[in-house]
Amino acid sequence: MKYLSRYRRHRAAAPILLLFALFAIGTTFSVASATTTPEQSEFSRSTAIEEGREIFLKGCSSCHGLNLEGSAIAPSLLGVGAASVDFQVGTGRMPVADLSVQIMRKPPVYDEKEVAALAVYVASLAPGPEIPTDASLNYERDGSTAEGGELFRTNCAMCHNFAAQGGALTQGKYAPTLMGVEAKYIAEAMTTGPQSMPVFSDKTLTPEEKLSIIKWVKAVEAEPALGGASLGRVGPVTEGLLVWTLGIGLLIGVAVWLAMKAR
Amino acid sequence: MTARERVAGTVANYVDERTGAAKWMKKNLNKVFPDHWSFLLGEIALYSFIILLLSGTFLTFWFDPSQREVVYEGSYEPLNGIEMSAAYASTLHISFEVRGGLLMRQIHHWAALLFMVAIVVHLLRVYFTGAFRKPREFNWIIGVGLLTLGIVEGFLGYSLPDDLLSGTGVRIAQAIIQALPVVGSYLSFFAFGGEFPGEAFIPRIYTVHVLLLPGIFLALITVHLMLVWYQKHTQYPGPGRTEKNVVGYPLFPVYMAKAGGFFFIVFGVTAFLSAVASINPVWLYGPYTPGQVSAGSQPDWYMGWLDGLVRMAPPIETHAFGHTISWNILIPGLIIPGIMFTGLALYPFIESWISGDKREHHILDRPRNVPNRTALGAMALTFTIVALLNGGNDIIATTFNLTINQMMWFSRIGILVLPPIAFVVTKRLCLSLQRADRDLVLHGRETGTLMRMPSGEFVEIHEPISAEKAWTLTQHEQPVPLELEDTDARGVRRPGAIKNKLRNRMSRAHAVAVPKVSAQDLKEIEHH
Repeated sequence: MKYLSRYRRHRAAAPILLLFALFAIGTTFSVASATTTPEQSEFSRSTAIEEGREIFLKGCSSCHGLNLEGSAIAPSLLGVGAASVDFQVGTGRMPVADLSVQIMRKPPVYDEKEVAALAVYVASLAPGPEIPTDASLNYERDGSTAEGGELFRTNCAMCHNFAAQGGALTQGKYAPTLMGVEAKYIAEAMTTGPQSMPVFSDKTLTPEEKLSIIKWVKAVEAEPALGGASLGRVGPVTEGLLVWTLGIGLLIGVAVWLAMKAR
Repeated sequence: MTARERVAGTVANYVDERTGAAKWMKKNLNKVFPDHWSFLLGEIALYSFIILLLSGTFLTFWFDPSQREVVYEGSYEPLNGIEMSAAYASTLHISFEVRGGLLMRQIHHWAALLFMVAIVVHLLRVYFTGAFRKPREFNWIIGVGLLTLGIVEGFLGYSLPDDLLSGTGVRIAQAIIQALPVVGSYLSFFAFGGEFPGEAFIPRIYTVHVLLLPGIFLALITVHLMLVWYQKHTQYPGPGRTEKNVVGYPLFPVYMAKAGGFFFIVFGVTAFLSAVASINPVWLYGPYTPGQVSAGSQPDWYMGWLDGLVRMAPPIETHAFGHTISWNILIPGLIIPGIMFTGLALYPFIESWISGDKREHHILDRPRNVPNRTALGAMALTFTIVALLNGGNDIIATTFNLTINQMMWFSRIGILVLPPIAFVVTKRLCLSLQRADRDLVLHGRETGTLMRMPSGEFVEIHEPISAEKAWTLTQHEQPVPLELEDTDARGVRRPGAIKNKLRNRMSRAHAVAVPKVSAQDLKEIEHH
């Protein structure tokens, strides 16, 4: 302790302590706020529709109604189709946890089989867009990256940002990032238009064009950060932040060093 | 005399006999510059400018400033077969095919951002230390001119690659031009050679960006430095430093070594940034077409405050005599910046008018000793920072789980409320610091050593500060407010009585100060 206390009045003592404190708070916070994924429960029924109906009655009907007719806080699900169910439940958006601003993606409550059963059940009552099959999602074969980029910039970039990183909408709503989103869900979102997103029917964007968009998004996702750290791919704001912190910070540090008198 | 010295002497003599350089060199190489880190901030700007000239020249070898449409067939696959302007295609070519091209592009862009940062930080140093006072007012105005031109030059460079982000920026600039009443639309047609975007704009701004503005920059920077040379550098107050001398190191060898070395360090830091951090990834933005726009389209930071002002402006338009006036663009895009820059340029004259101080100053002020100026600076800075934050409102909103609307209302209210608060708080802080200085001179430094008196009382031992430090803390003048009489000696009201009254009041506010320690005070304290 004697050794340490000798330095307590050192010029660097305060900044170093501050750094320690910030690091400690940050670490504590990140440990304390770590979340665990909810356990998935097991269901098994003989037929998918029956199983889907069971899940629906237990998990969905309190808002969406016993016959999918909807209520004051939830839309009718008649005719939304299997694609919509697969997107909403498969990405964990449904069942909803927080209705305040925007329903967010979270770890799904139901497993793949249950989601499929729900989708089959909802589609069995009124037809709607189908879940795209793996064969119809072969964007590597059927899509064109460059055309997809062009279409993305025309139709998607104004909300999702030029590199599909997401962006702000009004009143706290936002277009989510498309990084790490599965091709199936991107396709379903375009067909069903969840929340603030418009519907891109097959007349607006043909199935091939949708695949091109997906192919481009996947290409951007896989693209290494050319020219150094990508800084979030959000444009000049982070560049400005870096130049005002690291850039001028380093140079002022050097200037102080240069102007220091030999002691 | 060794052989080497003989050769050097012969060469030097040969040159001197033909140029007469020796006398001039002797005088100027011995010129003294004061040493302080804050005096190097302007140098960062100067060196960034040199880096900009060098890297910019490199880029011109391959950049094709043309809006002629081409089909991309380069090595960046996601854009293959896309129609784009030759300007954009050549920027991609520089980035992906030219050896070292991407690094050079990034050096050019980071250097540009750093250039503007250094100008602003240098300006703040000059402002807060009062270095703009007589005789340096002209140099201040040249500096403000360089700042303004820097913003324009930077914006033109940002526009040149003709990517989606540049085009969006140009479109906003066009909107600001069009917002000018009456002449706006004519000016826009003139600038773009017809409808937006046309084919004339990129070639035109290229000439301005690489020829006209750099030429003006070179001229202004030369005059800026010549004036520093001629008027001599200011210095911070300290023992032995007067209004008539400069205490520091001679240009040769000390300062030249330091400054020369600093150039390479600035180049190194710029190259480091360019090597590790991507800037302006144009290939991701895609080529510009007026039908497309990206979320989070922002200008570079030095225009961000302007964008922030436009973003927070309420949607007000008036229609009169068949003309629309878009106040929502005119006010934040032209009128407010106009007021800001005019005020900035005229500040030395405004301050000397208020304080009535017409003398020359070569010793800098400690910011705390001129509370009014420091507070005014803090106020202007707060205004700009609020505007700048709002320029990134969407990024800030998504990053910190806020809403754009909250950001907008925070800025709309904050830009009116926060600057006055900053003024008052800064002024109080300055006065407190003056008081602390006074205490320090009177009672000495707190040593942190506690002593227990025989009575049981604890006292902290204070150590007197050095005479040098005491001098530094007490050398400043005590400002005297103006007292302009309303009436002349014969009791007749002078013209401009209201103006004088106003000037008196402002001068009083400017002269607020904690009385500094006098010799009398020190004598008194020695008694007890």
